[in-house]
This record gives sequence, structure tokens and C-alpha cells, in this order.
Amino acid sequence: MPRSRRQPKGDRVFKHVSAGCAVILLALIAGVFFELLHGSGQSLAKFGARFVVSRAWDPVTQEFGAASSIFGTVVSTAIAMVLAVPVSVVIAILLVELAHPIVSRVVGTGIELLAAIPSIIYGMWGLFVFAPFMATYVQPALGAKLGFLPLFQGPPMGIGMLTAGIILALMVLPFMCAAMRDSLAMVPAVVKESAYGMGSTTWEATRRVSLRYCISGMVGAVFLGLGRALGETMAVTFVIGNSHSISASLFAPGNSIASTLANEFAEASEPVYVSALMELGLLLFVLTFVFQAAARIWLRGVGLTERVEG
Amino acid sequence: MSRPESSPTDVSISLSAISAARTNEKDPDISDLPIKVSVRNLNFYYGSNQVLFDNSIDIPANRVTAIIGPSGCGKSTHIRVYNRIYELYREHRAEGEVLIDQTNVLSPSTGVLELRKRVGMIFQKPSPFPMSVFENVAYGLRVHYRLSRSEVAGRVESALRRAALWEEVKDKMEESATALSGGQQQRLCIARAIAIEPEIVLMDEPCSAIDPIATAKIEDLIGELQEKYTIVLVTHNMQQAARVSDFTAFFYQGRIVEFGPTRQLFTNPKGKQTEDYITGRFG
Amino acid sequence: MKARSLRSRRLVDRAVKALSVSSALVGLVALGWILYEVVKRGIGAFNLDFFTKAATPPGVSGGGIANALVGTLLMTGLATIIAAPLGVLAGVFLAEFGRRSRLAAAARFASNALIGVPSIIVGLFVYGLLVVTTGGFSGYAGAAALAMIMLPIVARTAEDMLNLVPDSLRESALALGAPRWRTTLGVVFRAAKSGMLTGVLLAIARISGETAPLLFTALNSPYWSRSLAEPTPNLTVTIFNYAMSPYHEWQRMAWGASLLITAGVLVITVSARALLRGNR
Repeated sequence: MPRSRRQPKGDRVFKHVSAGCAVILLALIAGVFFELLHGSGQSLAKFGARFVVSRAWDPVTQEFGAASSIFGTVVSTAIAMVLAVPVSVVIAILLVELAHPIVSRVVGTGIELLAAIPSIIYGMWGLFVFAPFMATYVQPALGAKLGFLPLFQGPPMGIGMLTAGIILALMVLPFMCAAMRDSLAMVPAVVKESAYGMGSTTWEATRRVSLRYCISGMVGAVFLGLGRALGETMAVTFVIGNSHSISASLFAPGNSIASTLANEFAEASEPVYVSALMELGLLLFVLTFVFQAAARIWLRGVGLTERVEG
Repeated sequence: MSRPESSPTDVSISLSAISAARTNEKDPDISDLPIKVSVRNLNFYYGSNQVLFDNSIDIPANRVTAIIGPSGCGKSTHIRVYNRIYELYREHRAEGEVLIDQTNVLSPSTGVLELRKRVGMIFQKPSPFPMSVFENVAYGLRVHYRLSRSEVAGRVESALRRAALWEEVKDKMEESATALSGGQQQRLCIARAIAIEPEIVLMDEPCSAIDPIATAKIEDLIGELQEKYTIVLVTHNMQQAARVSDFTAFFYQGRIVEFGPTRQLFTNPKGKQTEDYITGRFG
Repeated sequence: MKARSLRSRRLVDRAVKALSVSSALVGLVALGWILYEVVKRGIGAFNLDFFTKAATPPGVSGGGIANALVGTLLMTGLATIIAAPLGVLAGVFLAEFGRRSRLAAAARFASNALIGVPSIIVGLFVYGLLVVTTGGFSGYAGAAALAMIMLPIVARTAEDMLNLVPDSLRESALALGAPRWRTTLGVVFRAAKSGMLTGVLLAIARISGETAPLLFTALNSPYWSRSLAEPTPNLTVTIFNYAMSPYHEWQRMAWGASLLITAGVLVITVSARALLRGNR
């Protein structure tokens, strides 16, 4: 007897159950957005567009503004990117072009370990080890040599924007480096051999040909690092100083959206306060979502897929 | 019932006929010609595995020398020693001498950047750089020389003309080189290589990834290029070797079995292995 | 033609190579420094009380993080029980049925987006979803937040691993007359098993170190947890609270807990990767 054309029952159940699990993913991401939106309601109503530019942050008078948090998020991320991107690029070059296989494996493992260390451990190390180091050695030196710049003025307290930026750089470095290494490894051997065959040095062949070949993957890696840096919470919370102020000095304390949430949410009781914090969360969500979506679309457009974390 | 087979002598006769059609001169005598590359006792290893055994050969200047042999016999490996491109790979090791104009280029004191300026290489798969046509050809000029924009443009045009590609790309100079057809890309790679005026051009099966019409164009090109450059052409296509080369070397299992004027090798191969190969008994 | 100086070209080349090496060294030094400090400061907190007793008020000696350790294990375990099967099934859908499906494309996008959501936002979301609605912080909410972080990671890894299984394997099983679900669960799974297990292990390592999502869901507690329906002690928030406190004793214990977590995470990560490499 000919088999029925309908899918066997087991298959249909299987398909629907697994589809249901996939739908959960959609529901969750939509849920996050709508819940944050809903929670921001009071704050949006009270402060409107002003919220984004207002530097106020006073739980007593219930006046809140996101400016210092946005500033801190952007600046700490910018510092992290400026430091981590070139370092990631040259380490990727080392891993792909230069190093002995054993060295490559050791450095590669080191990078994986750096990526695996939890954020709070970076925070602990940052607060108790690195910040005092910055305060004792680095900041006084910077202040002495470059103190004419407003960037490096002010007391060397250790914690502050610069320290937060450096720790962030250390945290996003392994992710960007791994993505860049994968990208660079995809350059076909015949293209590299052609470049070297023309009499180029390693740097010339890499810069003029290899990096150009995989520039899209490189940029995608940077986007991914950027997205991570924007959302990083615990390490930044430990070392950024948690002050709702905007300062021109990198030595000054500040705050980021994530650090403000971490520090203040559990204590906030007044509805407007909670709502303002929710709105901060919404801003951060939108910011990271847009960056990461852009990165993914970019990467997909050039045929690379993002590595899953871990 | 057996299929009619062309007899060994048929194959050999047709190859020598092809070869004879190249020139009406009698076979060139190698002892009259200046030698450009002289290989002495070259041994090559991948790790602990030896793949080239005691290769010795004299490549005459301004002639086309073909290297033929079955796959895996070491032909590509051999010419990759001339420009030391094998040094990119940790496990690869060469012993012996390769003398270009009497200087051993394998010695550590020879600068590899300079060497590769003098010895160009065309690969099996066309490898345009991810840049415009112009920038591809200008690549070597920019790496090795400091030239004004107009000088670069002039030399780029000249290289493209000599590679018989100018007419086809002169309106596309700023377009990406990867948009060209396979045959055009390979001629672009040739233009790129000759833009820096090498003395020797190594070609590693340059036509195997190209369609027959483009192959014919490249073969014509090889004929023109030999006036200025010494050409070493690795090919698995014997008809091609017969068509374009003056001298041919037959490689087998990492050794040079026979070397001589092309027409002679195809008409009167000295060794049985050579004869078996060119008559199609193996490979 | 005027040549570019060979010397300066080689010099630049060597400078970049030196830069590469020194950058790698900086990275390794940072890693070594962090690990060194964590071990040095953490090991001093290790004693019997540390591992067996619950927290004591500041100034009272003999406290430990045992309650927090149990809480973390419970919540991590619960999160894994929730997220691993769901994630694997979602990954199955994406890989097996999702080649042409619009739903699958959307779900894949959603899962990538979820991976990118900062973990503190996840905490905020679960706060609104579970804490506000049930009226209190709880270990269940904490586990839910951790599960939400784990889910997309497991789903994507499962999908990637399943996609690595060649179609010929599927086709052979189907050609024998096996229904789709049996093919997948039996044959394909077995082929992708070690990869998926690695993915789950790495995700566990990841969530066991998470702090932010627990800050407003499980909160923290100095007591042994009697039920997950109330604020649940956990290692990471304990570290946060203790580190921010002015008490030396508590800070020491924060380091001890940090060492514990770091060791656990690194052990799981390294063995998971070794498992993957060993099975390639």
C-alpha cells in the first residue's frame, strides 16, 4: 500500500516542537524591547527627548538625564577601541603570518583564556590591582608629561575613565583578535604567494594585499568588539568611579549606562527613578542591537559568519 | 574488438610536427647559448620527505624552456625554488645551488626581495589582487620604486600592451580586477609580473584553469615575451610544450630524466621513460 | 627608476613584526598578571570555614561562601536544565528545517541578537517579567535570567554543529525508511554530539561567571537558601557586594570566591575545547 503523502505524525510533532523552541527566541528578543519600552513609559512621559541630553541625575529631586551615562559609555568604549583594534590586528597578523605553529598555539590559547575570564574577575583585578597601579605609576607619569592637555589633568585616583577604557580594551581584545585571525586565514595561498612573489616584505604583502582582501571581515570584527564593549557591565562598574558627571579628563570618574544600572537599580524605589533607569536600559539595548545587527549584516554580506561565543 | 589506438610513433610524430612548425631553424644547440639559470645538485624536502633528487639543469637565456612530466613529479616544486617562494612554508627545505648569472640565489646572503624582482612568477590559478586593474599592475612598481603618478601610468600601460591586454581593459582601469574573465585575469597577472621588468618569468601551468581561446592568446604571448625574458614554463600539456618551447625537460618522480631541444625530445627521446610519457603510456 | 630604499623597507617590516610580538606579549602578561593576582589573593581565603560555612556579619570570623556556592550551583543547574534542551531543539529546527524557512531566518536573527544583548539588560527584562509580577526576588528569576543568556548560545552552537554533519548521512538514514525525527535524533545527533556538548559546556562556563543578570533577579542573601522562591545567595553577586564593602575580611573572601569561579570557568572551558579538538 502506498505510503501517505502527509508527513508521518512523529515528524510533524517533532517539527512543531522544535519550531516552538525557535519561536521562543523571537519572543524573547521582542519581549526585551517591548518590556523596556513599557518600563520607560513614565520617564519618557516626564522627560521626553530632553532625557538624552540632560546631565541631571538627582534621585532626591527626581530629575534624571542620560547624558553622563551616554558620555561615559561612549568614551570608555572609544578608549577601548583605540587601544584594542590595532593590537588585535597585529596579533592576528602574528598568528596567521609570522608565528611558529607552537607560538601560534600558545598565544591562541592565551587569547581564549582571556576571553573566558568572567567580567567580574576583570572588575576585581581592575579595582584592587590595576587601578592602584595606574594611580601609582601611569597616571602621575601621564600627568607630568602630558598634563598640559585637559585629558590628563586632575588627581590620579586610579579608578576613572581611562582605567575603565583600558580594562575594556583587554576584554574585547580576544574576541576581535579571534575574528580577525579567522578572517586573515581565509586569504587564499595563491594570492599571498603572488604578493610575496613580486618581492614584497611580509608587512607590504599583508597591508597592501591580505588586509585588503579580508577588510570586510576585519571591519565586522571591529563592529562585534564595539558591541561587546558598549554592553560590558561588571568590569566597568568596578573601576569607572560611578559619578554622574561629565569631565574632559580621562582621570576623572564617570559612569556608563550599564554601571549605573548595576549600581542603582536594586536601590531605586520611586517609580520615576525606576522608569528612568529602564529608559537607560532601553537606550543601551537599542545602541547595542543596532551595532550588532549592522555587524552581522555586514559580515553576512561578505560571506563570513560570526563565531558563536565560547 | 579493440579500439583503434594511435600508435606511439603517431603521437611522437605529431608532437614533433607541432614543434617543427614553430621555427624553420634547425634545432638550437644549447652549447651556443648564454645560460641564465644554472641548477646544480638541487635536492628538496617537505619535512623529512625528499621530493627532488639531484636536479641539475641549465636554462638558456631568452628562450622558452618547458618542464613536463606526470602529476606529482616535482615540476612545480622545482621552479618554486628559483624565486625561493617555498620559503613561505616552514617545512620546506632546499639544498644545492641555483645560479642566476653565476650567483647562487639560494645562499642566505642573496636578498630575496631583490631576487623576486628579477624572477617573476605566474601561478596556476589567476590571482588578481583585490584592487583595480591599474593598481594590480602598478603593485610591483609601487613596492620597489618611487615614481610619479604619470610614470607609473606610463609603465602600467606599457606592461598591459606587452601582455596583449591593453585594448581590452583600457576603459576599465579603475574597475576591480576580479571582474575580468579568467583569461584576462591571467594576462593581468602576466602584465603585473612584467611591469617591474624581471629577467626571468616562471610560469606554473598558467593555462590549466583557462578556457582554450584564452589559452591560445597566452601561448602567443609567451612567444612574444621570450624576446625580453627567459621563460620557464611548467605544463602538463605536451602539445603546449611542443607549440611554445625551445627546450624541454622531462621530470619523473623528482628527477630530471631528460633535457634537450624540444623537437628533438619529442622526435627522438633518448630515454624509454621519456618515450613512454610522450606517447601517452602513462601520466 | 629610483628605487625605494631596501633598508627602510626591511626596517618597517621588522618594526611591525616587533610590534606584533610585543602586543602578543602584552596580552600574555596581562593574562598572567590577572591569574597570578587572583590566585595569590584568593588562596589566602581558602580554609575549611570558607567552603563549609555561610556568611557571617562583618567582624565575626569563621564565615564562608558555602551558601553562595550552593546557590550558584543550584541556579546554574536549573538554568542548564531549562536552556540546554530548549536550545538544542531550537538549533535542530534552525539546522534541519530551516534551510528555506522564513521563520528559521527570523529565529536565527533573533538568536544572534539575543547573544548580543548585554547581560544586565537580560536581568532587567527578567526583573520586569518575573520579579515585579511575583512580587519578589527569587532564585527562579535568577535561573531564568541565566537560562535566557544560555539559550541562544546553545541554539547557535547546536545549529552550527548539526550543519557540519554532511547531508549524505541524513540521506542514507532517510533512504532506509526512517522518519525525519528518528533520523535527526538518532543519526545526526550522534554525529554532532561532541560538538553540541562542547557548546553546552562553554555556555555553562559562561553563565557561571555572570553577575549582572543576577543583580535584580536573585539578588543575594547571607543565608542558606531554603527555597529558590526567595532571594538566593550566589557567588558572583557576593563578590560584588563584598568587594564594594569596606571590610577587609569580606574583600578577602571576595578574592577567594573569585579564585573559585575563575578556576571553575577555566577548567570547564579548557576541557570543553580539548573535547572538541580531540574529537575532530
